[in-house]
Amino acid sequence: MNISRRTLLKGTLAGLAASAVAGCNNGAASRGSGEVIYWLWDSAQLPMYTECAKVFQQENPQYSVKIEQYGWNDYWNKLVTGFISGTAPDVFTSHSAKYPLFADKGQVLALDEFVERDGVDLSIYQQGLADRWIGADGKRYGLPKDFDTEVYFYNSALTEAAGISTEQLNSMTWNPRDGGTFEQIVARLTVDAKGRRGDQPGFDKNNIKVYGLGYGDAGGADGQTSWSWYAASNGWKYSEGEPWGTKFFYDDPKFTETIAWWRGLITKGYMPTYAQAKSGVDVTTSFGAGKYAITPNGSWMLETYAGLKQVKTKLARLPQGPIGKRVSMMNGLADTIWADTTRRDAAWAWVKFLGSKTAQDIVAKAGVVFPAVSASLPLAKAAFEADGWDVTPFLEPVEAGDVFAYPANPNAADVTAVMVPAMDAVMSFEKEPSSLAEANEDVNQILAAAS
Amino acid sequence: MIFLAPATLGFVVFYIWPTLRGAYLSFTEYSLLQPPRFNGLQNYERMVQDSFFWNALVVTVEYVVINIGLQTVLAVLIAMLMYRLTKSITVRAVILLPYLIANVVVALVWYWMLDFQVGIVNQGLELIGIDPVAFFGDSHWAIPTVAGINIWRHMGYTALLVFAGLQMIPSYVYEAAEVDGSSEMQTFWRITLPLLRPVLVMVLVVTMIGSFQVFDTIAVTTQGGPINATRVIYFYIYERAFTRFDFGYASAMAMVLFVILAIVSLLQLRLLRAKESDLA
Repeated sequence: MNISRRTLLKGTLAGLAASAVAGCNNGAASRGSGEVIYWLWDSAQLPMYTECAKVFQQENPQYSVKIEQYGWNDYWNKLVTGFISGTAPDVFTSHSAKYPLFADKGQVLALDEFVERDGVDLSIYQQGLADRWIGADGKRYGLPKDFDTEVYFYNSALTEAAGISTEQLNSMTWNPRDGGTFEQIVARLTVDAKGRRGDQPGFDKNNIKVYGLGYGDAGGADGQTSWSWYAASNGWKYSEGEPWGTKFFYDDPKFTETIAWWRGLITKGYMPTYAQAKSGVDVTTSFGAGKYAITPNGSWMLETYAGLKQVKTKLARLPQGPIGKRVSMMNGLADTIWADTTRRDAAWAWVKFLGSKTAQDIVAKAGVVFPAVSASLPLAKAAFEADGWDVTPFLEPVEAGDVFAYPANPNAADVTAVMVPAMDAVMSFEKEPSSLAEANEDVNQILAAAS
Repeated sequence: MIFLAPATLGFVVFYIWPTLRGAYLSFTEYSLLQPPRFNGLQNYERMVQDSFFWNALVVTVEYVVINIGLQTVLAVLIAMLMYRLTKSITVRAVILLPYLIANVVVALVWYWMLDFQVGIVNQGLELIGIDPVAFFGDSHWAIPTVAGINIWRHMGYTALLVFAGLQMIPSYVYEAAEVDGSSEMQTFWRITLPLLRPVLVMVLVVTMIGSFQVFDTIAVTTQGGPINATRVIYFYIYERAFTRFDFGYASAMAMVLFVILAIVSLLQLRLLRAKESDLA
């Protein structure tokens, strides 16, 4: 071998340059025109989607799918850099909090033409789900794949010890003045260091062993798993013209009185202080260690709760609020197509397949999420039942139509940047709930500036 | 020249070009997904009005003061102990160990250990009769906690740098001091520290620049909270650029940070007379 350094260097540089060029545009040159790259973030769903891809390929031999999975945080960063550098996936899982901005910036493909051309039946989806993916501009940006709602996850050993029956837990009422039977139950479930309960004389609220109610955060702009159902069952709406809010109502007394009641549970000792709640790994870890009796959470957390081996977890309905109903936020994911994809037809074929009953049956059978196609739901229910979950509390509000949408908004990131510190400040008692009026003004200013 | 080429290429591609481009973008409105649009000094004007920016600066300075202050004192202490007591390679390796663990791993492990409800530290505090502390959740504790974690990770490495500096001090000055009957403390203040100055300045400048750029510990633990207590400048820049797609404004803040760091470093080098040694 007699290669000079210079030749070696040149060779290396040429090699680098070649691989850099090949790396561009998603490796479009190197892969077949029928190969679709698909991204998702939930590792638990990877096996089901791999199976979906197999079935899809059998049905459409001209197409193939390559699935890539990245964790939630990496996912969005990689996606955005992909948009900029032209290496984004052809099809990707999207979220209501994120897609409005992508749509606004022209990064996702409107599907109206395709839906019309192929006569896709949108009535197979749970009521209202398909419409969540119609953007502020009236165009459709995705086909729904699943949905989620919220319930109370409770530690059944603790409720039994407190003498609270399943019926009591499932028939709770709530109001912002005295918290209704819900607050009575939470009080009863709170135990101080000497074993006295929150509704017993001598209860020491400064030395708590088990909190009746846990919470993960102050809720920010949506309160999805913290306060959204209280506020909504108190007759509050996020914004004028839901879900494409042009004017938000965080200054509405119906909202501020809800938050004032909620943080009042901290004063009463039934809920940990904000500092304590935030100074932990997460709410499920504390719940798993038996520190909380009840924690509200979303259906996507079922698997995490199932993994908590030290406690026996069961599900209870949300409380009935002043409007006389139990209401839950209903949010969901959809598959969307990148606007600059070079494989529109293949991408659409894959999205259409994922939105079909065939694909959603495969996903439903695994019992990880609730499928968007109504007819696939019994399969998911059966799968959850086999895992020991009675998921009825999640599904009741959906069947009754008592659900409300995630506050979608192309400026969600800016709104969140205002609302998270504002809610944090209220929950840590550094500001009064009335201060939310200021935050609301900031939010509305952002929306006004953007439109 | 040919030997410099790879390094120069790397320097130009990964430092000079991004810096110049960042400087350009700081005068634009750039949402990442649409081409940048020139808007003059608007980003800088916005910055003056932005209370989050000023808060981020204050929080960052608080972090740097705690971080660098304690870390430097501890590092000199450890280095002195090593210098006076042992020159064992094993001890040096052990002291360097935390530095070899990835930042994110260190942050996550401490996050678990400092958990209010189930963390081992608070369990230990309770055992000895101290009330548990909400290390990450309390706005007064959050920055000292993050600073503490990074001190734990970096002090061994810093100590080794100081230790190397100590070894460069000729032994005859110590012998002379001993002959003159100087006490241990006198020797430290009058001989060791002044002769260590050039190395200490270098260490201070390097660690302080690193300290201003604290990011990963916060990204995996508090994410800027509680409220805005740990929203340090780097994290705020990141949020603006990559979650709020306000890249132009983020670039402008990055430029300001660059200028601040340059001034701080220059001041340190000047005031502490880094170029001259007292040995001469």
